[in-house]
Amino acid sequence: MVNSRRDFIKVSAIGTAGIMAIDPITKAIGNTFAAKKGPVRTPTYCEICFWKCAGWVYKDDEGNLNRIVGHEDDPSCNGRLCPRGSGGLGMYNDEDRLKFPMMRVGERGKQTFKRVSWDEAFTYIADKLETLKKEHGPECAALFTHGSGGDYFGRLIKAYGSNNITAPSYAQCRGPREVAFIATFGQGLDSPEPTDIRDCKCLVLIGSHIGENMHNGQVQEMSDAIDKGATIITVDPRFSTAASKSKYWLPIKPATDMALLLAWIHVIINEELYDKKYVEQYTTGFDQLKAHVAANTPEWAYGITTIEPNVIRETARTMAKEAPATIVHPGRHVTWYGDDTQRLRAVAILNALLGSWGRRGGFYNPEKAKVPAIPTPEYPHPTRTWRDAMGGKYELADLALANGVCTATIPNAQMDCHIRAWIVNGTNLIETLPERHKTIEAIQNLDLMVVVDTMPMEITGWADIILPECTYLERYDSIRASQYREPTIALRMPAVQPKYETKPAWWMAKQLADKMGLGAYFPYKTHEEELDWQLKQMGTSLEEMQRVGLKKFERHYDDLYFKEGEPQEFLTDSGKIELYSNTFASAGFDPLPVYTAHPQPEDGFYRLNYGRAPMHTFTRTANNPVLTDIMDENTVWVNPKVAKLWGFANGQKVWLKNQDGVVSSFPIAVRITERIRWDSVFMVHGFGHANKLLTRAYGRGASDSEMITHVDIDPIMGGTGMRGNFVTFLTEKAEGGAKV
Amino acid sequence: MRYAMAIDTKKCVGCSDCVVACQAENNVPIGFCRDWVVEVTDGTYPELELENRSERCNHCENSPCVRCCPTGASHYAEGGIVLVTEDKCIGCSACITSCPYDARYVHPKGYVDKCTFCVQRLKNGLKPACVSVCPTKCMYFGDLEDPNSDVSKVLKTRKHKTLIPEAGTKPHLYFLI
Repeated sequence: MVNSRRDFIKVSAIGTAGIMAIDPITKAIGNTFAAKKGPVRTPTYCEICFWKCAGWVYKDDEGNLNRIVGHEDDPSCNGRLCPRGSGGLGMYNDEDRLKFPMMRVGERGKQTFKRVSWDEAFTYIADKLETLKKEHGPECAALFTHGSGGDYFGRLIKAYGSNNITAPSYAQCRGPREVAFIATFGQGLDSPEPTDIRDCKCLVLIGSHIGENMHNGQVQEMSDAIDKGATIITVDPRFSTAASKSKYWLPIKPATDMALLLAWIHVIINEELYDKKYVEQYTTGFDQLKAHVAANTPEWAYGITTIEPNVIRETARTMAKEAPATIVHPGRHVTWYGDDTQRLRAVAILNALLGSWGRRGGFYNPEKAKVPAIPTPEYPHPTRTWRDAMGGKYELADLALANGVCTATIPNAQMDCHIRAWIVNGTNLIETLPERHKTIEAIQNLDLMVVVDTMPMEITGWADIILPECTYLERYDSIRASQYREPTIALRMPAVQPKYETKPAWWMAKQLADKMGLGAYFPYKTHEEELDWQLKQMGTSLEEMQRVGLKKFERHYDDLYFKEGEPQEFLTDSGKIELYSNTFASAGFDPLPVYTAHPQPEDGFYRLNYGRAPMHTFTRTANNPVLTDIMDENTVWVNPKVAKLWGFANGQKVWLKNQDGVVSSFPIAVRITERIRWDSVFMVHGFGHANKLLTRAYGRGASDSEMITHVDIDPIMGGTGMRGNFVTFLTEKAEGGAKV
Repeated sequence: MRYAMAIDTKKCVGCSDCVVACQAENNVPIGFCRDWVVEVTDGTYPELELENRSERCNHCENSPCVRCCPTGASHYAEGGIVLVTEDKCIGCSACITSCPYDARYVHPKGYVDKCTFCVQRLKNGLKPACVSVCPTKCMYFGDLEDPNSDVSKVLKTRKHKTLIPEAGTKPHLYFLI
């Protein structure tokens, strides 16, 4: 972290040895904003993270991309992009981008490729998929995706006959909370979360580091809530940025959050602080819940969490006092300890007791514009899926598990595993999935792996075919229809022609479909044609959207919040908010959340906590010249007491070694800070890249994913709990460190 | 007219968007910056305080950089903004040494560069790039002599401080605490 201007310049200088070498970037970012003719601008929505803020791309008089500015009417950003969005041109200007289609020539994973034409690449893929379909059925193909291209490759793979479509953003991230909220309220949260932060009076964050995770609209609303004097309660073993803005920071012992949640529920019930009318009218299972938490007193939780009973009581009372304008935030990356769905159930129950679901300042009912699909033939019906490899487990998962598809790719005598081809779109699976050895084993068993990306990543190194996508600034994509207080749509269109031989994903999928005889599923010549058809169905047009960028629609339903006392139908088994989950009970899971003790680090080891920095998105931005200028490597946060024990100096490079003996490929600088507990360390995810083609990111910092070799699977929905890994330090590189 | 900026440390999350936006607006080369973010932690776990500050030139009323400049390149412009005239600057760096805030750097083209409060935007009625991009809206800018400006209003109601007041430079960057 940069602590002064001098640090900034020092760090930057290391990161960009040879400033002149990247002169095109500095040239591209001119200051001719106020050109005489008025600036030329085209609409886009950001692809640097999943928040997808709408914005304008400006060009200078010479036609060079000049800057990206947020769209003033977009509720995702309100005219203010985050540092990553503001730095989006870095993605376009990155000279390390993938430039041409490539085909593997040597052993898989050895990074030996030859440049091929698009037609050669497509012919290879189409032939291979055709053969696989004949020999093993179309269900043998799977798509891993993150980002816009998933729409097109999703259509392609469904037309081919498979529905193995998965995103690590589910089972490695927000899946447990979706399942928990569906079980409780009959409705998941989806994205962006419909938290009414702007009007809340009390915001409770449990391990959620808003501000470090730059979920733009949410960060903005938290700032508005601070202005209005909202009370923030943050539970985190680390003194996060959000913790520093909080009235109450509860420095909890890691892995004990469930005990705190149960104690809060206990206090709220036993002191009769809950919303009685709401609970009576809308919920079921209150008596069972009351009996269930009878023993979960703050004194009981104190011994587990180290949070003092009076603090537990005081914070519970504050939540109740401000209710229903209290949000116990569900967080986003919640795959921690394997009982995550149950922990999120406790969060959902707490919100239900406070009456915040469906109420102003709590959770609003979002609405999304419906974008009609262009008519195509019906997709074939697959007879098998990745689920067949799961032995009947994880039935409550409402989306496919990326790790499940991985498991279904590794041959197994007991189970019908059959996945033989992967298309990987915009997700660096080597860093995204835990248990790297398993991912690689799966890849080694594939007959075909196609990777679509804009940048060389660890995953592209393993590909048979690399399809270089142009960046979001150079292409059309599907209409963005995000859920909000009011429905909006946003257009992304090319601001410039694609660089090199890169192409948009829609074009790739369509070309492949044509080659495979599936052209009927892409019934148009250009994406513009499809977009214009869709937009006209919605009462606008491509021409209008190119001018306005973003359009708001009226709500169809007059139910942003529940009307006082009006009956509500919830999409649960009972039609009520299920404090006691009938679904879980009938599936054989605890119908009410139970505290389970999780392992704590052994002597000399520290729990590995990881998270975000506001200027980076996972591994996607690690080589972006604008963003590496702000932060070009991660550090490992170490408490001063621990640093003293180890004799560490600030900035000293160490290697990490985990409980399974895996040693980090690269060293990482120690950051000695009081902001971390003595029993854990923290590092920002997305660094420690091993692909040498990333000239700015290679070997900068260490990869947390590499250290995550232990996974606690959530028995309910198959999520991969990743916070049960422990690391120690090596001051010299040991032999036999992890490869990749 | 007296331009000033106030930064709310209670809202700033240290994301550095101000830095990125400034670099784009002012053509600041990669590896350099006119504004930057500072994070200060105080205390011992778990009794901690953290302050995030977006910092830049303080546009001081009594600026050592203007006083020490041998060519008159560093000067006061309208509204008290401290500016450097590029073609008068000989790159001697005396101003860099004299600035208690370390707000200046030598541009690769040879002249000294620093925050200008985006004077080119002010002329068009816009706020500085950092102020207009900040996701937390933690920056307030305007004319101190206008009681209705954003900055005057917020300074009236909120506790604030300046950095290194003992240097006697009369800075005009305020931090709300």
